[in-house]
Amino acid sequence: MAERSTSLGQRLGPALLDSALAAIIAFALFSLLLGLRTVDNVTGLTLQPRPVLLAVAVGIVFFGRLLLNLFVWHAEYPLTVPFAKLFSRAPFERRDLMVLGGTALAAAIALAASFIFGSAGVELVAASVLAFLGVGIVRRAIVQFFPDLPYARIFTIGGIAFAVLFPICAYLLDKAFGLGLHLRYMFDLSILVLTYVMLGWGLNIVVGLAGLLDLGYVAFYAVGAYTFALLATHFGLGFWICLPIAGAAAALWGVILGFPVLRLRGDYLAIVTLAFGEIVRIVLLNWTEVTNGPNGISGIPNPTFFGLPFTVRGDVTFAGFFGIKYDPLQGMIFLYYVILALAFLTNFVTLKLRRLPIGRAWEALREDQIACKSLGINTTITKLTAFAIGAMFGGLAGSFFATRQGFISPESFTFIESAIILAIVVLGGMGSQLGVAIAAVVMVGGFEALRHTEGLQSIFGHGFDPALYRMLLFGIAMVGIMVWRPRGLIGTRSPTIVLDEARPIDADLVREGRA
Amino acid sequence: MKRWQQDPLLRVEHLTMRFGGLTAVDDVSFDAGRHDITALIGPNGAGKTTVFNCITGFYKPTEGLIELRQPDGEAFRLEQLDDHDINARARVARTFQNIRLFQGMTVLENLMVAQHNVLMRASGLTIGALLGLGGFRQAETEAVDFARYWLDRVNLISRADIPAGELPYGDQRRVEIARAMCTRPLLLCLDEPAAGLNARESDELNDLLHSIREQDGIAILLIEHDMSVVMRISDHIIVLDHGAKIADGTTEEVRNDPQVIAAYLGVPDEELPAVEREVNL
Repeated sequence: MAERSTSLGQRLGPALLDSALAAIIAFALFSLLLGLRTVDNVTGLTLQPRPVLLAVAVGIVFFGRLLLNLFVWHAEYPLTVPFAKLFSRAPFERRDLMVLGGTALAAAIALAASFIFGSAGVELVAASVLAFLGVGIVRRAIVQFFPDLPYARIFTIGGIAFAVLFPICAYLLDKAFGLGLHLRYMFDLSILVLTYVMLGWGLNIVVGLAGLLDLGYVAFYAVGAYTFALLATHFGLGFWICLPIAGAAAALWGVILGFPVLRLRGDYLAIVTLAFGEIVRIVLLNWTEVTNGPNGISGIPNPTFFGLPFTVRGDVTFAGFFGIKYDPLQGMIFLYYVILALAFLTNFVTLKLRRLPIGRAWEALREDQIACKSLGINTTITKLTAFAIGAMFGGLAGSFFATRQGFISPESFTFIESAIILAIVVLGGMGSQLGVAIAAVVMVGGFEALRHTEGLQSIFGHGFDPALYRMLLFGIAMVGIMVWRPRGLIGTRSPTIVLDEARPIDADLVREGRA
Repeated sequence: MKRWQQDPLLRVEHLTMRFGGLTAVDDVSFDAGRHDITALIGPNGAGKTTVFNCITGFYKPTEGLIELRQPDGEAFRLEQLDDHDINARARVARTFQNIRLFQGMTVLENLMVAQHNVLMRASGLTIGALLGLGGFRQAETEAVDFARYWLDRVNLISRADIPAGELPYGDQRRVEIARAMCTRPLLLCLDEPAAGLNARESDELNDLLHSIREQDGIAILLIEHDMSVVMRISDHIIVLDHGAKIADGTTEEVRNDPQVIAAYLGVPDEELPAVEREVNL
């Protein structure tokens, strides 16, 4: 509680500091919202700066906050406290609830007002504030009711529940209430995100567990995609028959490519895998008789639901069989569940393998290859299995990619794909399944969602396309992670077997692997 | 005939190792007995670790043969085996001078990795265990029990779930020995096991090595600088200097060997002229 006995002079320092911080935040927000105005001239849109208005707004924040600090909050209670409490376990006081409630109310009013008066910038800010509060409150509620549940468990359970329920709920709600959600786009984006989650998990076996830096992972993705596409277009085989074949083909290529390169270590291995990734793409590009070269392969069939296709016409279709109205979204929801199941399969197998001798040998290999040899472990075979199993999941994901797109060409398998998948693994925390999933959602889903944020356009002008800044944001995210969490979002490692009590192993002890 | 020559576990003959123009080990031959603690000593740069690395497969010797005889009479030529087979088939285990534990894995996990080959077979090369077939659970329980037994032997049972990298230095040395023992070796090779240990830890190490020989009947080959350790526990000492063997015998014989004294052990200053006369210096 605030001590009223401290003198005004003693309180002035912290109060000024706090007010200055608030002023900086206000400046950052207002510089775009108030400081610039777009004017429609004869020459087109131009930006007109409004420094006086900006100065007045920042001044109001600074002096208002200073006065509040000195005479109302007595400086020991900065306004940031209640927000920080949302993300801790500290108990709430009445004034915390008042501040949070007030903020939510203000944000809601601002949101409503911006809907009426059509200011997209304010709308965006108010919506973000509300979303922030919402996330905090949900998290806080979970912590309150399940105090012993670790955060990772909360995220996992919540994430799985959301992933399983989301398409069905969204579809039914939309149909029932006619919300007019952009379902097609939402499903498309979530399928894309899940594909990258699966690829991240697959590569995590190679990079995160076995510690082999693989820069050419997309090669196996391509092998899987082309295996299915060729089998489907030449022999008319269906997705479900081709899926295991594509996985096996990719695993085989993993062994073939892996065998010569696995003698190399660290940086050399990275460079050679990079080269192999490019070789596969260039072969696909130039071997025109088989792959149709740069024109790619089209007419790849969609998967069926136990033989029932998702088409409008046909003898027996999914909609016809179940006696429901045809809707193109049904096929998309099915695709969503297919990739969700494939991703879960990847995750399940990886978690299972970690607890088997082979998985422990992978991790031991990452920790110390020489010690592994002295314990009688055949390091070549152990590395090859990691390479092959990682490649297999890449191949399964590739074959899904082919069926979803209906068309593939070497364009889709460039180095940048490998780089994105590797970035997902590194950002998420090498070896951590949850970290990789979060990173995939943020990197792929987050940036893709940016593209459709009209609010940003009203701030930065009409020509602004956030997707163009994707690589910049990528880089910033990488640098940020390197500075604050050099071992990725989730760097701790959980033991695979315990006698008494499992406790997470600190990231500083776990090696990245230079094998 | 010496005791270790009657039924040698390890025979090293005419071992030579050259690195470019440098001859690190020059025509060294010795035997190590089946139930002996054999020590390899000598000044820095004498070639001890090179001999060691040849035996454990980390170097391929330029010349010579290294033979390890199993109890059933089968003999493995170590210089011809793949590096991992020296442990997996010939059953030679080793520790390292600069401890090589899997630091980010728990002590128990370290000992489980050491039983990789046994568990791998039990898991039906992973496929069986993935499908839930076979007796993998049973084999895993046995492996955990074996690990628990060795943790008990080295007094670290209470640290089983702690990452190996978090343990103090002396404990890490003992975990490394326990890990090597979990591969069920015939010959345990220890590279300076007492380095960095205090007097009490060094005593405990002596007891441990004795018990490994007595209780488990396993031969030990060790490199050591700490003469108090070497003299107390060894049955048989081989002395190397400048890559060549200069002495080979029991503790008593080596302790009084004038060449060894001159090259390595050293003498009080007043006795120096007498010793130098003896070795014709």
